[in-house]
Amino acid sequence: MGYQAEFKVWRGDATGGDFVDYRVDVEEGEVVLDIMHRLQATQAGDMAVRWNCKAGKCGSCSAEVNGRPRLMCMTRMSTFGEDETITVAPIRTFPVIRDLVTDVDFNYQKAREVPALAPPEDLAPGEYRMAQVDVDRPQEFRKCIECFLCQNVCHVVRDHEENKEAFAGPRYLMRIAELDMHPLDVRNRKEDAQEEHGLGYCNITKCCTEVCPEHIKITDNALIPMKERVVDRKYDPLVWLGKKIFKRQELEGRGATGARSLDHPGPDNGSALPADEIEHIEQRGGAQA
Amino acid sequence: MSPAEGTMARDAVTDEAGATPEAPVTHHTYDVLVIGAGGAGLRAAIEARMRGKRVAIICKSLFGKAHTVMAEGGIAASMGNANPNDNWEVHFRDTMRGGKFLNNWRMAELHAKEAPQRVWELETYGALFDRTPEGKISQRNFGGHQFPRLAHVGDRTGLELIRTLQQKIVSLQQEDFARTGDYESDLAVFHEYTITELLKDGDRIAGAFGYRRPTGELVCFHSAAVVLATGGIGKSFKVTSNSWEYTGDGHALALRAGAKLLNMEFVQFHPTGMVWPPSVKGILVTESVRGDGGVLKNSEGERFMFNYIPEVFREQYATSEDEGDRWYTDADNNRRPPELLPRDEVARAINSEVKAGRGSPAGGVYLDVSSRMPAAEITKRLPSMYHQFKELADVDITAGPMEVGPTCHYVMGGVEVEPDTAASAVPGLFAAGEVAGGMHGSNRLGGNSLSDLLVFGCRAGAGASAYLDGLTEQPAVSDESVSAAREEVERPIVNSGGENAYTVHQELQQTMNDLVGIIRKADEMELALKKLDELKDRIPRVAVDGRRAYNPGWHLALDLRNMLMVSQCIAMAALERQESRGGHTRDDYPTMDESWRQELLVLSLRDGPDGPTVNLEHQGQPAMRSDLFDLFELDELKKYYTGDELGGHRSDAPPRQSRGTEGSGGDPGGEITGGGA
Repeated sequence: MGYQAEFKVWRGDATGGDFVDYRVDVEEGEVVLDIMHRLQATQAGDMAVRWNCKAGKCGSCSAEVNGRPRLMCMTRMSTFGEDETITVAPIRTFPVIRDLVTDVDFNYQKAREVPALAPPEDLAPGEYRMAQVDVDRPQEFRKCIECFLCQNVCHVVRDHEENKEAFAGPRYLMRIAELDMHPLDVRNRKEDAQEEHGLGYCNITKCCTEVCPEHIKITDNALIPMKERVVDRKYDPLVWLGKKIFKRQELEGRGATGARSLDHPGPDNGSALPADEIEHIEQRGGAQA
Repeated sequence: MSPAEGTMARDAVTDEAGATPEAPVTHHTYDVLVIGAGGAGLRAAIEARMRGKRVAIICKSLFGKAHTVMAEGGIAASMGNANPNDNWEVHFRDTMRGGKFLNNWRMAELHAKEAPQRVWELETYGALFDRTPEGKISQRNFGGHQFPRLAHVGDRTGLELIRTLQQKIVSLQQEDFARTGDYESDLAVFHEYTITELLKDGDRIAGAFGYRRPTGELVCFHSAAVVLATGGIGKSFKVTSNSWEYTGDGHALALRAGAKLLNMEFVQFHPTGMVWPPSVKGILVTESVRGDGGVLKNSEGERFMFNYIPEVFREQYATSEDEGDRWYTDADNNRRPPELLPRDEVARAINSEVKAGRGSPAGGVYLDVSSRMPAAEITKRLPSMYHQFKELADVDITAGPMEVGPTCHYVMGGVEVEPDTAASAVPGLFAAGEVAGGMHGSNRLGGNSLSDLLVFGCRAGAGASAYLDGLTEQPAVSDESVSAAREEVERPIVNSGGENAYTVHQELQQTMNDLVGIIRKADEMELALKKLDELKDRIPRVAVDGRRAYNPGWHLALDLRNMLMVSQCIAMAALERQESRGGHTRDDYPTMDESWRQELLVLSLRDGPDGPTVNLEHQGQPAMRSDLFDLFELDELKKYYTGDELGGHRSDAPPRQSRGTEGSGGDPGGEITGGGA
């Protein structure tokens, strides 16, 4: 079923650029990323495309295909008509580096602003017990492949550069929800989300949920529950204040996580000897070396 | 490739290259440089940072996209949550058997002993594994593992591992920020950078040279310790489950720095890659499909694996479909189905069925889970497989079988390291994960890779830290070594009218796939070596179009020489080893030969008249420590060892009290209950 397709691919860099027309072979079963690779190999050796796994698992090849933000590796050519001209452009919310590649460092900065898991201090590794039913909810959010398509479509930042500083975006608000729902996390996260990560900017248009290639219900399962609980807590100032002070104090008393893992062998696993205490290395006769 | 286009574009290059030959080099100084940000690299960086070192992590992709995300099945660790009879001794035995006793036994021992602790500490970093009813980490069955042993999260365990380690890095950076006001003061991630050369001061490592992919800017890192965690070599083959990053960079960097590679002939072809549509050929179908009940059938509807149980495994696998099926619910009283044989056995069986004309239309066989469990259970247990087939092949795996066939998946061979510290022969150079060799012998068991990354990543970070603590003088990077590395990097830009990088890459992949693939013959490998020699002459002539900023043609041109070097290593070692064992199958030497078990094939670079060439030597395998040797029954060892190697087994001597629950008798079935705790 091979045929020739018309493509318009955005070529350029931070200083400007434009769509360039290509006519390129398409074979049965291919996806848009295959076509970009064929262009590189035959017509445009220097065309910048970011990709990695080519199986929808790493979230590297986000682009806007016919105006729709997609993973190129998961966009089958059979979803387009053979006479249709297909446009491929870089995702819009982030600065272009070159061609289809954008500078997504915004997301890595936001990731750093979310305080990490605060695990209970009285449990050693191996002693964690959590019921499946309690990890189901945060596990849904951990399916995230960080393609940043939700960050790209969220209208709070898509055309509003000025909101980027105050707003973590759906991916990192969802990360806060994930930690909040973690059965063993001891930090109070709800006020953080509202006050420090811009949860209040979200007005539940569900663009993030619609674009998610992992089909995570970001709005319904992460953002709305957080908004509801923030409201609950605000209406009960004593509970809110008490919990906040208690948790903060608890956290400030912690040391750094500088435990030396090889120095703490942890629960015995039936090992006859801890690995580091094995001294005698006998050479057996009969074999070489 | 039309010549006209090439010429036009190259005129532009010459101009630009002429204008920018003296692009500046940016310099950075760290205690430890970790090359690679997959499971091994991140775990090494965490360990070195927690031991007080300033650490830089360098990766070719964005942070968090490493190939580890592709791992599906799980992390093997004998926590004993699903079956209390499991312990490190059973895991050690399974690992040695899987590798056909060619493994470095000390690595296999450390791995089996430390894997549980490495998994448990992931929970303190935030990992959320699937749970048992008691709330412990759930463990699933996998090929070659006697007990359910793989900690998992559905079939996206690799994603959980990478995200967990990534988030631990961020948490360490947050601690540094609280102390210094700079997130990157002590632990920095340089993503989308490529290292092209290691730099030395005399015999010692002094740093590394490379470039920043988005800008083409040249960089030099000054570090006395370098941890290689670059993964594998799959992009040298046409049909592979590996991503573009797997170009053997660490293998080649180590060789060029003077380290040795071993076991390079052992390449694992995963039995179940997708075979249709063509554009996704090679993408992995997780072994969990079989671990959870999926069966392999040929075009006649026969479960053919029952015809392929090799002699060495005959006692451990079911001989009837009924027994195999009962095993899923009653593993203590039945033997496992042969679909769960080690990967090399299953891959060869599929290859034989297809060759015998009993394959599927697209040249694979059928993997069916739809007739084995309800649709809802399939989507719960194998969500990303369901998704992958639906989206990429338009196949509903709850309604019908998948078509699968072997795909190049993993290289057992790699840098020869000291097991306890992950140190290579070059002072200051360490290697962990897939780039290191020895741990898996001739064949890796599924699930042993993620645990390998954690155990030896941790040890490499600790080993590099200890090395630095003992260092009295800081090695220095010389200007000459920087100039030489720079010349190599700029060559494809300076070249004009040369070869196309994509074309050369395709020829290399086709050569390896056709001539050094899953079934090998002497004459084909000799031909492959000849073709690789030709490619070796062509690669320095590769020229690229365009600018330095994010130019994939230039990046590929630089990766080519690494792919070529590892391909030569694989082909040379594969030609030399005249037997079939694990991930090395010779059509002309179809059986395993016990006299080859103690032979390791070691590759290094040697200076020749036309520059450095790959040199192959034989090296003896260190003999197994006696207490570990005694963990096996003599009858089993006889299948792998020559007669004069068997002296000193416990069965020769009066019973020893210290050997746990295993008696001194030769009970051939005694294996199954395991020893130790």
